[in-house]
Amino acid sequence: MLVSLLMLCWSVDFFSSSKPTTVLITVPAEMINSLFLISHSGDIFLEKHWKSVISRSVCDYFLEAKEKAGDPENVAPVLQTPHHYLISIYRGKLFFLSVTQTEVPPLFVIEFLHRVADTFQDYFGDCSEVLIKENTVTVYELLEEMLDNGFPLATESNVLKEMIRPPTILRSVVNTLTGGSNVGGTLPTGQLSNVPWRRAGVKYTNNEAYFDVIEEIDAILDKSGTTVFAEIQGVIEACVKLTGMPDLTLSFMNPRLLDDVSFHPCVRFKRWESEHVLSFIPPDGNFRLMSYHVSSQNLVAIPVYVKQNISFLETGSCGRLDITIGPKQTMGKTVESLMVTIPMPKSVLSVNLTATQGTYTFDLTTKVVLWDVGKLNPQKLPNLRGSISIQTGAPKPEENPSINIDMKLQQLAISGLKVSRLDMYGEKYKPFKGVKYVTKAGKFQVRT
Amino acid sequence: MSSSSAFNEEKGGSSSVGEPEYGHDPASGGIFSSDYKRHDDLKEMLDSNKDSLKLEAMKRIVAMIARGKNASDLFPAVVKNVACKNIEVKKLVYVYLVRYAEEQQDLALLSISTFQRGLKDPNQLIRASALRVLSSIRVTIIVPIMMLAIKEAASDMSPYVRKTAAHAIPKLYSLDPEQKDQLIEVIEKLLADKTTLVAGSVVMAFEEVCPERIDLIHKNYRKLCNLLIDVEEWGQVVIINMLTRYARTQFLNPNINESLLEEGGGGEKTFYGSDEDEDEDEEEKEKKAEAAAMAKRKPYVMDPDHRLLLRNTKPLLQSRNAAVVMAVAQLYFHLAPKAEVGVIAKALVRLLRSHSEVQYVVLQNVATMTIKRRGMFEPYLKSFYIRSTDPTQIKILKLEVLTNLANETNISTILREFQTYIKSMDKDFVAATIQAIGRCATNIGEVRDTCLNGLVQLLSNRDELVVAESVVVIKKLLQMQPEKHSDIIKHMAKLTDNIQVPMARASILWLIGEYCEHVPKIAPDVLRKMAKSFTNEEDIVKLQILNLAAKLYLTNSKQTKLLTQYVLNLAKYDQNYDIRDRARFIRQLIVPTEKSGALSKYAKKLFLALKPAPVLESPFKDRDHFQLGSLSHLLNAKAGGYQELPDWPESAPDPSVRNVEVPEWTKCSSREKRKEKKVEKPFYSDSEGESGPTESADSESDSASGSESGSGSEGSGSASESEESGEVSVSEEEEGEEEEKKTKKRELKKAVQESESEQSSEEEDRKHERKMKQRKSDSESESDEEEESESESSQSESDDSESEAEVRKKKKAAESKPPSKPVKKETKKEKKEMSLLDLDDFEPAPSPQVTPVNNLLSNSLVTDLEGLSLSEAVLSPATIAPSSALKSYELLHRITGEGLSVEYCFSRQPFSPDANMVAVQMQFTNSSTSDTKNLHMEDVKLQSGMRVKDFPEIESLPAGETATAVMGIDFCDSTQAANFQLCTHTRKFFVSIQPPVGELMRPVFLTENEFKKEQGQLMGMNEITEKLTLDAKCRNEHTIVQRVTTAANLSRVPCGSDRECSLSNVPVKCSLNVSLLVTSRVTIYRSTRSSGLGLAIQVLERVILRSLGTAGQKCTITKGKKPD
Repeated sequence: MLVSLLMLCWSVDFFSSSKPTTVLITVPAEMINSLFLISHSGDIFLEKHWKSVISRSVCDYFLEAKEKAGDPENVAPVLQTPHHYLISIYRGKLFFLSVTQTEVPPLFVIEFLHRVADTFQDYFGDCSEVLIKENTVTVYELLEEMLDNGFPLATESNVLKEMIRPPTILRSVVNTLTGGSNVGGTLPTGQLSNVPWRRAGVKYTNNEAYFDVIEEIDAILDKSGTTVFAEIQGVIEACVKLTGMPDLTLSFMNPRLLDDVSFHPCVRFKRWESEHVLSFIPPDGNFRLMSYHVSSQNLVAIPVYVKQNISFLETGSCGRLDITIGPKQTMGKTVESLMVTIPMPKSVLSVNLTATQGTYTFDLTTKVVLWDVGKLNPQKLPNLRGSISIQTGAPKPEENPSINIDMKLQQLAISGLKVSRLDMYGEKYKPFKGVKYVTKAGKFQVRT
Repeated sequence: MSSSSAFNEEKGGSSSVGEPEYGHDPASGGIFSSDYKRHDDLKEMLDSNKDSLKLEAMKRIVAMIARGKNASDLFPAVVKNVACKNIEVKKLVYVYLVRYAEEQQDLALLSISTFQRGLKDPNQLIRASALRVLSSIRVTIIVPIMMLAIKEAASDMSPYVRKTAAHAIPKLYSLDPEQKDQLIEVIEKLLADKTTLVAGSVVMAFEEVCPERIDLIHKNYRKLCNLLIDVEEWGQVVIINMLTRYARTQFLNPNINESLLEEGGGGEKTFYGSDEDEDEDEEEKEKKAEAAAMAKRKPYVMDPDHRLLLRNTKPLLQSRNAAVVMAVAQLYFHLAPKAEVGVIAKALVRLLRSHSEVQYVVLQNVATMTIKRRGMFEPYLKSFYIRSTDPTQIKILKLEVLTNLANETNISTILREFQTYIKSMDKDFVAATIQAIGRCATNIGEVRDTCLNGLVQLLSNRDELVVAESVVVIKKLLQMQPEKHSDIIKHMAKLTDNIQVPMARASILWLIGEYCEHVPKIAPDVLRKMAKSFTNEEDIVKLQILNLAAKLYLTNSKQTKLLTQYVLNLAKYDQNYDIRDRARFIRQLIVPTEKSGALSKYAKKLFLALKPAPVLESPFKDRDHFQLGSLSHLLNAKAGGYQELPDWPESAPDPSVRNVEVPEWTKCSSREKRKEKKVEKPFYSDSEGESGPTESADSESDSASGSESGSGSEGSGSASESEESGEVSVSEEEEGEEEEKKTKKRELKKAVQESESEQSSEEEDRKHERKMKQRKSDSESESDEEEESESESSQSESDDSESEAEVRKKKKAAESKPPSKPVKKETKKEKKEMSLLDLDDFEPAPSPQVTPVNNLLSNSLVTDLEGLSLSEAVLSPATIAPSSALKSYELLHRITGEGLSVEYCFSRQPFSPDANMVAVQMQFTNSSTSDTKNLHMEDVKLQSGMRVKDFPEIESLPAGETATAVMGIDFCDSTQAANFQLCTHTRKFFVSIQPPVGELMRPVFLTENEFKKEQGQLMGMNEITEKLTLDAKCRNEHTIVQRVTTAANLSRVPCGSDRECSLSNVPVKCSLNVSLLVTSRVTIYRSTRSSGLGLAIQVLERVILRSLGTAGQKCTITKGKKPD
């Protein structure tokens, strides 16, 4: 007994010292040791450890790198410190920083961190510092369930929601009054089933299944308007609220358009391979059914053209800007939510522009011109023109800014993809079904 | 009011630890409450009977933990609540316990009994959760309890509890490594578990506890492969990574023959030679000598288990999880035969649309892959184009990839792209772009001048950083060929007045000093200016001024003696000791004095020695010795716990270790035994004749495969099938096996296929008759037949004078899967072919029948010519005996096609309806018992520009009959597959035809003069010369021509010289002339005017050269040199 007590004392001392060096020796491999949430400004506001505690001073290396990089996007996702490896992601003005001590596939951690961020977004509506601070306890409970000993345990949102209910205003009021809790009273059974993504015993009075086909055009157009590179990325976002265990089959009119696909784990890959239909037992609620890529060999219709002239004068510190946007291949739809972003050279002092439609703003710190055009009227093309003034004494900028375009076309999938039918098996009732198409500009850039 | 509000207020000041938390609780003593008191308050709440109070307290405590505040003094109060009925309180207590148990070990022991009770709970979820917390408490004293609990849980009925047990293993191991042996026992037990739930977790435990015990995997290997698709995504990553290592120890390198035969095959290859190659270099000589013999003796046969792994991981490329995709990609990169690695490119490119962190990691890996397998990503070049909105680190990585992908064909596009990047606002990126241009220029000789000129233009850029970077790069480029560019050096000398960036100034000075002979007038003047400004310069510039002075003094002492003295004097009193030292050193060395050292006479040699040009190479070179996708690879340094990727074994370890006892469902054990004797077969039945990789995934998947337990319920289809339908399905299975065997051979010895396929059609007929009578014996005899035929062919091979070379060639062809050429098996056929070629040789020049103007054979002309039997033979010697000379490919296998099998070959005959189309001859065989009707094609899916002319519908194909039909495909000069559906009256099959590059050509007949003329226009860039040493057997014109023509659809130009033969052809937009000098050189002239076919042409060049290259001999590329 004496011996064991001594041993205890020793080990208490040993562990409370918690020097990273000693930890490195005693702790063998694990995936993720600790997670720190760091705000945009560098404030560490949450920490969670799945193993021995790692002092938050380890974040100093990261903060240093962040300081050096300037732009948060430029912080290297993987950093090496003398005793740890720091793998981080940047989401919603927050850094999710995980600490690991040994070899681990970096994408494994990165993908997991994004999954954590997705879950927060799912639970709290957004993934921001304020919301996470407001819901610290729920966040903690979630993290506890998502990782066990640094290895992902439950990452399906359906499973998590069964264990930890997302907070709602009503529930938080009720909880304060009754002392109830956010933790599900029932134990999670989702993990036990062979369809772990779907919770059991789902019931709805209105059974409905909606699918949004969202396509994004990624393109680079050069000065003269010719396409340097263009491709279409698509996703099918589903919102399925169906009772019981429905087995759905979604088929397309023209599945061969799809060049490269990736699926939610619920989709049966074999059926897709053989018949090009999506067959699946859906998760409950919102989820991304598939994402796809339309073969870049196919010509991509570019919905708008941009006539632009941005020039800086050789003498005198000023320049001119003249941009007109017009419809090109819109397939008969209206271009909506048109938005133009132009990051100006750093030497630009101010701009003096007039827009025939919509409003423009110029951010003095980031030097970005943002022109919110709205709907594109083919009869009266929107135009933005005016002068740019440059800091006196600064040389004429060598570079021309590129123009980034955002837009939306409702009721259209630009690739021509069409859902032909949705069949349901396994349940008796008749669900409401709906498919919506939207085309957006992805990374749509015009070089000048 | 929950604790949440507290945080909002708390945000501002962190010094007042959680003070506002009590704002709402008047009992807490308000602002005066001290730390100690406040915790007292929490303790009170925890001691109360009300769950709501306890919950509130726990929430606050957890919030403290989350912010990293110390709450350890509450331990006794909290631990009391471990048995609380309220589930949320309980969970939060667990959170607390796990966090602080390590610090308060003795107190933590109080909670243990609760968990021990939980372990016995009838509810599996409670059992699991108890085990989870118990194993998370890091208290050494409970190790025996944990061990017991884990052992018990490992044999729990519930898979969920078993999964938790697997999770607990590494926890215990980290607490007490002494337990390793016992834990390995548990791992071994859990590895045998058949549920997907457990698989991922136990492999994770395996990787952390005993990654070296690879022997534990043997028995579970096949099961893991088959379960893989249904395992949760995180488990998939771990399993795939582990299996990669496993496969490296158990299977043979699928590229072994190729790396042996192609050693030193091209300058490029050796330049980027991998570690493996280098290792092999050591033993190169003896190996090379043996290579041919070895290749013949031991043809590489892919272990079916190796194939199983590749096949079962491939669908996971479609996963939404980037980590899974990356894991599969690295598996393919490290394990797949070269020809199959390409499939991962598309999936990796897809990941580039993900979050920037994912992009970052993926691009790093792509950069490494592009060095070794450039061709793989070439089609996706544009996906790596850079947007101004990309973060800088992504831009630089993309640039790296683009640079690695640059080659002669695409360099112009890439340089144009680079040109836009130079105008970017991101200066770091611009600098990297200039570096990239420099690297392209060094790697691709053709564009060196263009790049240099471009860089020189940049010297007048307004941005100093751009200029400076250009100077540095130009310096490196000039060093390669200084004599040509004295004007550039002069130009740069002028820049010294303006450029202020020290590195650039230093570079210029070094350049002038180094090549002062080329600019004898300017150099002293530059030194004069520099001497003037010496004191104001940066240190690196000062050092270079000293350098320049010394060099000038040595070459032109008359003009510069005084200047040098002056500079040396200035340097003598410099603040920097480096500079003082350098000055003293130089003075001693160059200025002759009485007591000057013995070295001074060597001063010239020392200073003006020829310096080797710098090598600009990718920082990603040689990174592939780290397992791709790993942290170590990303950091280019070995991370702790990294498991080396082992080298391939020299000879395959015994594959039978993976055999599992005969499964219960197999009824006939005797048959099973026989099977095992024949070939090491996995126990699962695999009715799917894995088609060659040239076939698209569509046709592959179409076949009903039972082995892939794809979608749960469908499960092991063939297993249940065989149970149900007894005899019939069993024999089908046998056939499947047969087929697989065949497939294997096809993959390895592509060439054999031809004779086989021919035979199989005969077989098919015979079999059909017998099928009615006796199915079982049928398959046996079939295999006998096959063996017979093989031995037959090998006999004929040995008779044949060229047999050896032939075989080696086959190996090679099989390895890299070029459009392989038909290989003549039987001597009879060989002769026939020979005579055809003879005919070709003796044919008078057919020039009058050709339209020489456009070099294209007009359609009508061909039809006209078809009447003349003689000229037909000339036109396409293959047409006479298409079945013997042409390689046929499988379009639809008879199992997949439910009795209908289709083969196709490129008949090389002009397709009369449309001259631009390639004629594809299809042979339909109906081996089912019923008629097939309305055979036609539908739903053709093509890449843009491609066209297809359907074959006429075959109305009825009676059982046992064979029919042929011809269709035309315009592949539009690409090697993209044409996909379509083959429809019968009952079914539809997805099939695809992919053309070998050689078949996209159409021969054109030229006279010698015409050929010479054409050739004259295609010098320089369009010319590729390779020097080959042909072995003796190959040194006659016949053989060469024959080999080339089988590889590609070319025709011979009759010419007078007996030492030289030429071949020509015209695909649609591009002309390719091959001239062969019999003894030593092959020159291929190509027109690069069309960009679309650029890649194809390159492939073709390879094909042609490979068809001539012989085993064990080196082919050296001497590009750009004209033949003598």
